[in-house]
Amino acid sequence: MSNKAKEPLFHIVKRDDTTKKKAYMVRAIAILAALIVCAIVTTLLTGANPIKVYGTIFSGAFGSARRTWVTLQSLAILLIISLALTPAFKMQFWNIGGEGQVLIGGLAAAACMILCGDRLPAGKSVPSWVVVVLMIGASLIAGAVWGLIPAMLKAKWNTNETLSTLMMNYIATQLVAYYTILWEVPKGSGKIGIINQSTEIGWLPEIGNKYLLSIIVAVVVTAGMYLYLNYSKHGYEIAVVGESERTARYVGMKVKKVIVRTMALSGALCGLAGLLLVGGINHTVTTTISGGQGFTAVMVSWLAKFNPITMVFTSLLIVFLERGAGEISTIFGLNQSFSDILTGIILFFIIGCEFFINYKVSFRSKNVKEEKENV
Amino acid sequence: METKTAAVSLRNISKSFGAVKANENVNLDIYKGEILALLGENGSGKTTLMNMLSGIYFPDEGQIMINGKEVIIASPKHAFDLGIGMVHQHFKLVDVLSATENIILGLPGKLNIKEATSKIKEICDKYGFEVDPDQKIYNMSVSQKQTVEIVKVLYRGADILILDEPTAVLTPQETEKLFAVLRKMREDGKAIVIITHKMHEVESLSDRVAVLRRGTYVGDMMTKDTNAQEMTNMMVGHAVTLNIDRPEPVDPKKRIAVRGLTVRSMDGILKLDDVSFDAFSGEILGIAGISGCGQKELLEAIAGLQKVEAGSISYVYDDGKKDELLGKDPLKIQEMGVTLSFVPEDRLGMGLVGNMDLADNMMLRSFRNGSGFFTDRKAPAQLAKTVVEDLEVVTPGISTPVRRLSGGNVQKVLVGREIASAPKVLLTAYAVRGLDINSSYTIYDLINKQKEAGVAVIFVGEDLDVLLQISDRILVLCGGKVSGIVDGRTADKNQVGMLMTRVGGGENEQ
Repeated sequence: MSNKAKEPLFHIVKRDDTTKKKAYMVRAIAILAALIVCAIVTTLLTGANPIKVYGTIFSGAFGSARRTWVTLQSLAILLIISLALTPAFKMQFWNIGGEGQVLIGGLAAAACMILCGDRLPAGKSVPSWVVVVLMIGASLIAGAVWGLIPAMLKAKWNTNETLSTLMMNYIATQLVAYYTILWEVPKGSGKIGIINQSTEIGWLPEIGNKYLLSIIVAVVVTAGMYLYLNYSKHGYEIAVVGESERTARYVGMKVKKVIVRTMALSGALCGLAGLLLVGGINHTVTTTISGGQGFTAVMVSWLAKFNPITMVFTSLLIVFLERGAGEISTIFGLNQSFSDILTGIILFFIIGCEFFINYKVSFRSKNVKEEKENV
Repeated sequence: METKTAAVSLRNISKSFGAVKANENVNLDIYKGEILALLGENGSGKTTLMNMLSGIYFPDEGQIMINGKEVIIASPKHAFDLGIGMVHQHFKLVDVLSATENIILGLPGKLNIKEATSKIKEICDKYGFEVDPDQKIYNMSVSQKQTVEIVKVLYRGADILILDEPTAVLTPQETEKLFAVLRKMREDGKAIVIITHKMHEVESLSDRVAVLRRGTYVGDMMTKDTNAQEMTNMMVGHAVTLNIDRPEPVDPKKRIAVRGLTVRSMDGILKLDDVSFDAFSGEILGIAGISGCGQKELLEAIAGLQKVEAGSISYVYDDGKKDELLGKDPLKIQEMGVTLSFVPEDRLGMGLVGNMDLADNMMLRSFRNGSGFFTDRKAPAQLAKTVVEDLEVVTPGISTPVRRLSGGNVQKVLVGREIASAPKVLLTAYAVRGLDINSSYTIYDLINKQKEAGVAVIFVGEDLDVLLQISDRILVLCGGKVSGIVDGRTADKNQVGMLMTRVGGGENEQ
């Protein structure tokens, strides 16, 4: 058999039978492998002890009560934004305008605080709770409008939502930049500074401690989104429209209406995150207040396969790595980029392992052996 | 067949997908100068087996011998080098290129259109193909496209040809032409394997049949020594009857009246031109025609899914009162109290959602029930269970995504849901396309039961033999026009075939 061609080194076989338990095993192995690779990379590049580096990452995120609270608060904000994007994604409407929707929500909240706050002459001041109510309404509506514009464009003229939502981000950023100059305190500083510092008008109330409010909101949104997507009529329509618009029309769903409604919800929830960032956490607005979380949320939502409950864990992973990363850069004198490398490696393994859950790789040696047995 | 040499020998071929054994220890010989019909129900592993031969899949176990030498087929290109060519059910052609360009696509060496064209002409003359090498694919009919696919395979020097359900998309006349060509190829010493579900084609064309059942090889026999009944029994594993019932319509009443229906596609092409007909309760109205002659537009217009340029479609109640259906979407039609069920051609792209499970798919029609914000999940789950039991759907459970089911089972789920609402009108498009004999007969039975229950059934079909057996009347469409309405009990195949191509039926479409 001299002319026998070489059997391929390996071939890939799709599998349908992976049990949940097995799938989790694969994921656990992937994380373990990622940690090992990270350890090797760390040792090779920096000479630092990888175990110590991991320890530092952990203490950076959960090392003290304060750090733990801050980590949980960051988790809450990222989770809310991720949940906000999820209904759009389930509808296969690629809303990557989370960043802009958060910013515009934050700007709307800040506008209420500034215009109804310390600027008003004494005696004419508005009670803080009224301002808070105004802020909630304004930020939700602003976010919803930012989501609605690309949705209408898509529904009416079938424009590409990826581009239009992305462009809306730039508009939001520039609007914030414009109002920053308009409202800067003190003049010439290029910053708005803490708004209503003395009167605390429009500051969202603290519940327990200053971190807990966002966390409670996140829990409520998570539960609500889970029910909305899985058990409501709207959620069902979203899923059908996402899977196949033709099927949706076939059973008489109004596809355009579903798209517009869902994006309004998506944008409004992003606006809610903006409200928390401005009114509850920072008490100011800057162009970087959302810090790219509108984009990170895309990854969080995908990693969780659009399941709100799983999203708690995927956003925890991302926040944990980011918080820990800051810590190792100071302790070990490494710069922030190094921790990004580690994050990248870990994500690569986590995303890559899905391949092994869905496919099996058969290698040549096994087949050759079996063939010999057959001969 | 000792005198003939085996062009291909498959020995103990096995292939699994996950827990599913698509092929298990299959042995098969393919000889030169012979047409072999490969038979089997859906999911019996015919296509998988042929895909291994053409290098798309790689067997888990077993050997493949070409002309007595063991080979390993690692890729489709490799298969071509060994002289194996496959014509797939779905054509793999580039629309904007000409026939010649498609045929030489991907071949090594310098691009020489002229030389290629003359070689293509040579092949066409030899076997009697009618193909214009310079014609663009998008200008071609389905049968012309298929011809290009076959020439492509021959151009690459294939002498082992595999055709996967080649006649599914052809008219009877085109089928005859194809068969003539295949017979010429056989004379030329080529080995030909044809996969088909149509028994009369097996009988008229093949020399030998080989039968697969549930991934295993059942046996082979000479076509002249067997008959359709025996072959079917072998495929199914037990005796089946091959007759479709046609009960007399009971108390037919006018149910749907279509008048002057004219539909244009998005790019302005006339899809339906002044179509008028009536459909009666308790009757099956068959719709015949070459695919793409307006069948899809007709059904979708009735179902409220198609924009219409002119005409009217009215629903007639038992008391003679009429309601216009045009201009209403499916939701409005449903709200009017007209129960209209539609089994569309594109099962997983329109009738069902592939990634959703059985229960959720049942919900497509009923999710609006109840006034609350949340959906009722119990009733659809119950319906799914009933459908699975009543129609013998093979599935691991009602929470399995429907795309995991085989074609026949997908169709049972869809039909089961559509008839569950006790419709007054049932529209079906290619209800048995791609289904094996057993599933097909289950579907025919279900449709007949609906007819007996007084439903007006509009049955768009492609297999004329079936249309002639099941329909009370047959409406023939040609290029968007009604070229005739004939009685299903008296019409013959030739007459309908002629109407389909408008031969003797007046002027043709522009």
